[in-house]
Amino acid sequence: MTRVWLLLIGVAATVGFAAIVLVALPRVVLIDLPVPTELQPYTEAQARGRQVYIANGCLYCHSQQVRDAAFTTDVLRGWGDRASVPSDYVYDRPALLGTMRTGPDLINVGARLPDTEWHLIHLYDPRALVDWSIMPAYPFLFEEKDSAAVQPSDHVVRIPVQRAPAGRVVVAKPDALALVDYLLSLRRLYPAPVTGMSGHGPPPETQAPPGTTGAAGAADATP
Amino acid sequence: MSSAHANVPLHEELDIRLRADASSSGPALLCFTCSIIWLLVGSVFGDVASLKLHFPDWLVRQGWLTFGRVRTIHLNTMTYGWASLAMLGVSLWIIPRLVHTELRWPRVATVGTIVWNVGLVIGIGMIIAGRNDGLEWLEMDRYMADPFLVVGGGMVGITLLATLLAGRAPYLYVSVWYIMGAFVWFPVLFVIGNWPTFAGVESAGANWFYAHNALGLWLTAVCLGAVYYFIPKVLGRPIYSYQLSLLGFWTLAFFYALNGMHHVIGGPLPTWMITTSIVASVLMVIPVFAVAVNHHMTMVGRFSALRYSPTLRFVVLGAIAYTAVSLQGTFTSLREVNRITHFTHWTIAHSHVGVYWFVTFVLFGAMYYIMPRLVRREWPSGGLIRWHFWLVLGGIAVYVIALTIAGVAQGLALIDPQTPFQQSVEVANAGMIWRSIAGGVLTAGHLAFAWHFWRMLRLREAGLEMPPLYEARPVVYSPGGDGTGS
Repeated sequence: MTRVWLLLIGVAATVGFAAIVLVALPRVVLIDLPVPTELQPYTEAQARGRQVYIANGCLYCHSQQVRDAAFTTDVLRGWGDRASVPSDYVYDRPALLGTMRTGPDLINVGARLPDTEWHLIHLYDPRALVDWSIMPAYPFLFEEKDSAAVQPSDHVVRIPVQRAPAGRVVVAKPDALALVDYLLSLRRLYPAPVTGMSGHGPPPETQAPPGTTGAAGAADATP
Repeated sequence: MSSAHANVPLHEELDIRLRADASSSGPALLCFTCSIIWLLVGSVFGDVASLKLHFPDWLVRQGWLTFGRVRTIHLNTMTYGWASLAMLGVSLWIIPRLVHTELRWPRVATVGTIVWNVGLVIGIGMIIAGRNDGLEWLEMDRYMADPFLVVGGGMVGITLLATLLAGRAPYLYVSVWYIMGAFVWFPVLFVIGNWPTFAGVESAGANWFYAHNALGLWLTAVCLGAVYYFIPKVLGRPIYSYQLSLLGFWTLAFFYALNGMHHVIGGPLPTWMITTSIVASVLMVIPVFAVAVNHHMTMVGRFSALRYSPTLRFVVLGAIAYTAVSLQGTFTSLREVNRITHFTHWTIAHSHVGVYWFVTFVLFGAMYYIMPRLVRREWPSGGLIRWHFWLVLGGIAVYVIALTIAGVAQGLALIDPQTPFQQSVEVANAGMIWRSIAGGVLTAGHLAFAWHFWRMLRLREAGLEMPPLYEARPVVYSPGGDGTGS
């Protein structure tokens, strides 16, 4: 029986060691992360939009991180002025870094595409704006109404005529508006806060000059 | 291998084995039946998700059918429904055999299996309804669904532990290490992954600590245990080297657990975390070679046996895929490669080599061996086994090749800042269509297998007189094939 206990203690020790290195130690290291003054906590609507983002699995096609400019071209592609740092995610529970770029990175989408109406049309019918897009349409975040039934409080979305439902008006549901609110909050353009932690952020000379954000990305996505 | 203690007479040893099989047959059969139902559910959701990538306006009117939910249901049903439940069944059947005693508290295992299924139904239902935790591989609700998996899995684990402690074998065979290790690792990892207090990049770190180990220390561990059992068992020949299996096991336990951060290379986590995982990923070649050499040297000279043993066909191909996927994983974790392949379909191809070509193949092979011993009849049809084998082999080959090519093309487009993003989408479009075709073929294979399983279970027809592929003529008498081992 000694052998059984040796086995069980041994396997518990290996996973315990890894958990200390990769889970507990970062906890200690990241505990006094500087909170960037330019970064605001999510508003109620943005937080709701974030839940819509999670519920519908946006994160499976869109990352939210600009990788280290020392060995990737994320900055040159216009997805941000600098590599993302831990401080950019202090209000994120959980962080939605993502592992796929079937669609573009979104960590600065609020800066690249700041137009609410663009996002609403794009969510209702992505191919109305970007003909090569393979993003799913999200008509269930909208209501199609007779124009007579439209309330003054309704947010009517001006879908291009040839893509609009015949004789009906498209109204954004609260979830669609919240989601766009969240997307517009995604902008991490302030300079990275200085931290005691090593190894983050590219050396200054590899950074793209400020103001290049959006050049390539917006060109891709502009109708 | 169970003939190692020479002081027990053969008839007594056979008697022990029969009683061990009888003790575990109830819960093991329940696990297999549930796992195959989940396999079919997961196949449908996988196919729908795949089709949506080239028919993006198909089934978009209902929130529950949107890509992000359908894809997530596919992943969760396949991981926690199909693979995990099949692994519970394999573990419940193998451990009593290997420790030479009956399964203790089989009813606890049965109830545990039911509890696990209840958790899955709740978790999947909530994902459909739009409630998930926002962490990959951990989408099921941490308060409403996951506790059922911890309790249900724990109940199965407790019966295995009780069986192990009551065991009468004079040694612990390598399969026991892997399987019992997995049952210690999984609850620890699952609880850490679901811990609710992580925020910011820490949550991403904990996410990938869990998700990579769900593969490495849960799916891989149990399935390697099964490979170590079935190859020698079917061949009637001991494993090549005890020392190599010892080396392979402990290096896997130590290095695999540290691999997770290679999923966020270049990302906003402290660099030392990522570097640790890259180093550990490279060191994974040690356990991988130890295991590969051990399996290969056991097989060598006996490859003709693949023709008449469906178990061996699936298990050996699965073992080869394990070597391939592990070396690919090491390669992908290198920064120079990862800068191109990260965020692309390459990763999806890679994960399917692991969870399908390795894990699922081994589980199919295990079921072909175990089922006749649970229901005491042979499989009813050799033809259905061949259909199953060639459909899933062809399907996964097309799947992996198509998505790997699509992923590289996509990655090369993404890494060049002069190439518009549009191109990274368009170069992968053909791969998406091939993936849907491959998915359809895989689903057809699953239907053949499920139909065969159902016939064996319910239709009460007589099984074949002999093992189903036994008639593959010359092999039976060739010097290479020395028996069915059953």
